[in-house]
Amino acid sequence: MAGHSHFSPANVEEHFEFTSEGKKRVIYAFIAGVVALVLGIYLLSKGEAGGHEVANAGHEAVKAGHEAASEHLSGGAVSHQPAAEEHYDWTNRIWANVWLNAVFFTGIAIIGMFFVSLQYLTKSGWSSVMKRVPEAFPKFLYITLPILLLVFFFKGDAIFHWMHHGVTEVGNENYDKIIAGKSGYLNKTFFLVRLVGFFALWIGLWTVLRKKSLEEDLIGGTDLFTQLVRISTAFIVVFGASSSMFAWDWVMSIDTHWFSTMFGWYMFSSWHVTGLAVITLTILLLKDKGYMAYVNENHLHDLGKLMFAFSIFWTYVWFEQFLLIYYANMPEEIIYFLERWEGHNKIYKTSEILMVFLNFFFPFLVLMTRDAKRTRIFLKIAAFFIIVGHYIDFYQMIMPGVLGGHAGYGLVEFGMVTVFASAFIYIVSDELTKASLIAKNHPFLPEAVHHDI
Amino acid sequence: MSSTTNYILGVYDDEDEVLHAVSEVKSKGIKIEDVFTPFPIHGLDRAVGHERTRLPIAAFMFGVLGLTCALSLISYTMVFDWPMIIGGKDFFALPNWIPVTFEGTVLFTAFGLVITFCISNNLYPGNQPDLLDLRITDDKFVMAINVDKNKKVSADDIKKALKDSGAIEVNVK
Repeated sequence: MAGHSHFSPANVEEHFEFTSEGKKRVIYAFIAGVVALVLGIYLLSKGEAGGHEVANAGHEAVKAGHEAASEHLSGGAVSHQPAAEEHYDWTNRIWANVWLNAVFFTGIAIIGMFFVSLQYLTKSGWSSVMKRVPEAFPKFLYITLPILLLVFFFKGDAIFHWMHHGVTEVGNENYDKIIAGKSGYLNKTFFLVRLVGFFALWIGLWTVLRKKSLEEDLIGGTDLFTQLVRISTAFIVVFGASSSMFAWDWVMSIDTHWFSTMFGWYMFSSWHVTGLAVITLTILLLKDKGYMAYVNENHLHDLGKLMFAFSIFWTYVWFEQFLLIYYANMPEEIIYFLERWEGHNKIYKTSEILMVFLNFFFPFLVLMTRDAKRTRIFLKIAAFFIIVGHYIDFYQMIMPGVLGGHAGYGLVEFGMVTVFASAFIYIVSDELTKASLIAKNHPFLPEAVHHDI
Repeated sequence: MSSTTNYILGVYDDEDEVLHAVSEVKSKGIKIEDVFTPFPIHGLDRAVGHERTRLPIAAFMFGVLGLTCALSLISYTMVFDWPMIIGGKDFFALPNWIPVTFEGTVLFTAFGLVITFCISNNLYPGNQPDLLDLRITDDKFVMAINVDKNKKVSADDIKKALKDSGAIEVNVK
């Protein structure tokens, strides 16, 4: 009750301890992931990847699927040939998975920064008790940046159609007029400039924000707060542009012929709700270990509301993109959904249905009531399935364009996601130990401790 | 609040004081009818012991009603009454209808909720609010105690309890 409890910052400092046992468990998970990955790659090289693999059905099935898809294209004006059809190599599946996870986890990491920035920009009080958790996430950008760069340099042509040899060269047998027309934006140099440039801004702004935030613990006062608001404002501006551009660069340009004006929003909303789910899950797991006792059900309620609202926002954007394309019924646009619905021998149809269920109906129904949003177990279940659902969402965005009919859920997929997830947990846990879990001199801390909804 | 009921009113001039007074008065076994304040006070409803509102349930019902009405109307007109082909789609083209269905759901929920809220609070055009004390619309906080519902405690004890808990004046209405 307001006025009763007196909050004194001196006794609230709390340090997360990343115990050697905890480290061991994360490392074991990492090793298990690597083993599964190696086994998966071995099976893949033998042509039997396990899981729901359909690659054995071979090109016939894929072609059949494609013909079924093209029959629907009454216009037939566009010859849509995904990269996968021409240049398929079994190793492509590994690179596609690396790319998928690198993009997915980059998103989670940068949403940590976005969340903190948004709280500063709106001068929100409630979140100041838990801002150290999302603040630790962007550390993982140091891992994903080299991975993205390596895949781009060495295997970019396995992922991006526009990087194939000769597609922009007049007279070449691979010459593609549509791609040549986009080459002003989609070329290796400009792609790299955007990737490295925005990453430098992201990491740079995060480093400054983190430094000032830790300084605040020592000095206090409101000067640092105003500086943090300014840094956050700068980041939001950068992120507004970069999140859209990265959505075009990293994901939309895989289906080079295709485009959607909704795509920037769509990928951002997917990243955002996943990031919120990861923040919530991290806080709940920390609370289970006895940390963050001052984060009570009122703060959890707010996090639950954010997950609920942004699940609906994702659905809105996803459906908006679908509806416009479905309604207009233009062959060059609708191929994207045909590929995912009935193309490629229908291997993506189950994922597509499952994804909409997990990302909309499930959180919508589970998190609807006030009590559910204030109960830890409901939040945990919802957050976990939101993360799984959005992994499948990214799978659906990337795999059909890169692998076509050769994709599946096998040991490679499970191994790769385990490797990335355990690395993420390790890096973030390690970063969490570097500062007090509560920003004890945050000017809004007393407000957050008395948060009551 | 009909005039036949007997109320004892404790008037306070500070929100923190009234919040503390609530638990103090309750601890003496006195049932509080309601507390009137010029602005919302966090934790007051819980302190008084009000039950949570059931408006969200009404909201859900209105939402379901709106969804059903919108879908029924559009499917009756577009499929049964006068089938029309739009954009080469089936008559029963559910994706096309989702925006309308969504709007119908929101519209019914919003209007239904406001109307339910007004009805349950006796708010309708021409109704004169029966204020226990005019100052609750300005800067005073009033704790109302229904004498008839507090048979076990004498009126004098109630008045004393209110005074002790910091009321600046105690009135009977």
